[in-house]
Amino acid sequence: MFPAPTFMSEHGARISFRAVSLTYYSTRSCTQAIERISFNVAPGTFVAVVGPSGCGKTTLLKLVAGLLHPTEGEVFVDEEKVTRPLKIVGMAFQNASLLPWRTALGNVLLPLEIVQPYARQLRQHKADFVRRAQELLSIVGLAGFENHYPWQLSGGMQQRVSLCRALIHGPKILLLDEPFGALDAFTREELWLVLQKVWLDLGPTVLLVTHDLREAVFLATTVYVMSSRPGRIVGEKAVQFGYPRELELSYSAQFTELVHELRVSMAREQRERA
Amino acid sequence: MNLREKIRNWAIPTLAVVLFFLIWEGIVLIFHIPKFVLPTPSVVIRALWQWGRIIAWHSGQTLYTTILGFSIAVIVGLVLGWAVGFSAMLYKALYPLLIAFNSIPKVAIVPILVIWFGIGTIPAVLTAFLISFFPILVNVATGLATLEPELRDVLLSLGATQFQIFRKVGLPRTLPYFFGSLKVAVTMAFVGSVISETVASNRGIGYLMIAASSRFDVPLVFAGLLAIALMGVGLYAIAAILEARLTRWAYRR
Repeated sequence: MFPAPTFMSEHGARISFRAVSLTYYSTRSCTQAIERISFNVAPGTFVAVVGPSGCGKTTLLKLVAGLLHPTEGEVFVDEEKVTRPLKIVGMAFQNASLLPWRTALGNVLLPLEIVQPYARQLRQHKADFVRRAQELLSIVGLAGFENHYPWQLSGGMQQRVSLCRALIHGPKILLLDEPFGALDAFTREELWLVLQKVWLDLGPTVLLVTHDLREAVFLATTVYVMSSRPGRIVGEKAVQFGYPRELELSYSAQFTELVHELRVSMAREQRERA
Repeated sequence: MNLREKIRNWAIPTLAVVLFFLIWEGIVLIFHIPKFVLPTPSVVIRALWQWGRIIAWHSGQTLYTTILGFSIAVIVGLVLGWAVGFSAMLYKALYPLLIAFNSIPKVAIVPILVIWFGIGTIPAVLTAFLISFFPILVNVATGLATLEPELRDVLLSLGATQFQIFRKVGLPRTLPYFFGSLKVAVTMAFVGSVISETVASNRGIGYLMIAASSRFDVPLVFAGLLAIALMGVGLYAIAAILEARLTRWAYRR
């Protein structure tokens, strides 16, 4: 007998970077992607990392996911050192990268075919799993689109499916790599609200990398600023607005001021380098 | 598909074929080209009718060796293509070898096959196989090698094994590439078996054409060509139908 599947992560996990550096070696050259990065993400919080493109933001996510290993320093998730994929993370990228031969529902179910114990229970609890996937799809506003194929969905809808796929196995950490970067401004703001709702409902720790400062400020509890390559943390800003935040907030003076401050700190850092 | 579209889909190609034969017939008649140089289509079709039973028997042999060789090519092409597409090391190791091998004209291999296996069916099957497995391999390998890195990351972060990635993503992804290559490969398989038959066989359309040409029976040679062409179109159509049925998702209809 297997326990009945539970999907909710009780809480998000804690993430700690402890003096992490990573250098990519290739035959010709070595590139230092990030340099002595240290910061903590408290369980269940929403942290955004902003920085110029090519500053190693994506590297941060891959380190947490266990897809890359630090050259120096350590990454911890809940007091466990990350040395391999932990299976408690969900990832979503700028490209929705859905499987074109599967429906929205089939795409969302994919992780359950891989992560244990779900993969083992799949046959027995198929109906539960499908119900859960449908719930998720309706949370992101895709009820009724379960049987649509990716090419029948708009870019924003595909990204919602991608988000559901990242969440179906009840991850304690959600890693997002510029998930809304390819969308138009209206769709992007719509999806901010969707992401916020998902986060508030399910409570994972979210690590979002983006170069959209408004996006970072609107969603995050804390925003970290990274320098250009090799990436270092050069700034930290707590965002005090309460949740759930409304889009109206993003037009307030306080909000704009915060975005402006972040922009100035990035510009200052770039000027110092030049 | 409505009736009008259906008619158009059938009528236009048929019209093109009829027009092709008419022009051929016209050119031969206008320039008074003798029958033993270029027979008119009507003469060819008459020969096809006259020698029907013999042509059918030899066609059967050619079809048999082609399909057998092609089936082996499908299996070998799929397995090697998956292996080469999935493992960067195997790719590096095998690609030069495979390309070198594919550059060898297959007609040059037939005499060797004859030494090994004697004349007849086996060299024809093997030549058909050798000539047609390469496009399958290359296509399948390409399908795997172009897998999005993000998708691989998503699966790896979930703790997926390489085999799971292959089964869930790689394999279905290669199918459109695979079926696309089948259409090319199946017509090439005919080339292989007919080449082998013309060099070393006493059966098959290739042999029939060589025998006919040694008797200067040019209409019969052309009748043989027509028979091969018809079989080629037939197998191509089957491959195309399979493709449309099994990889509908890739065509967005």
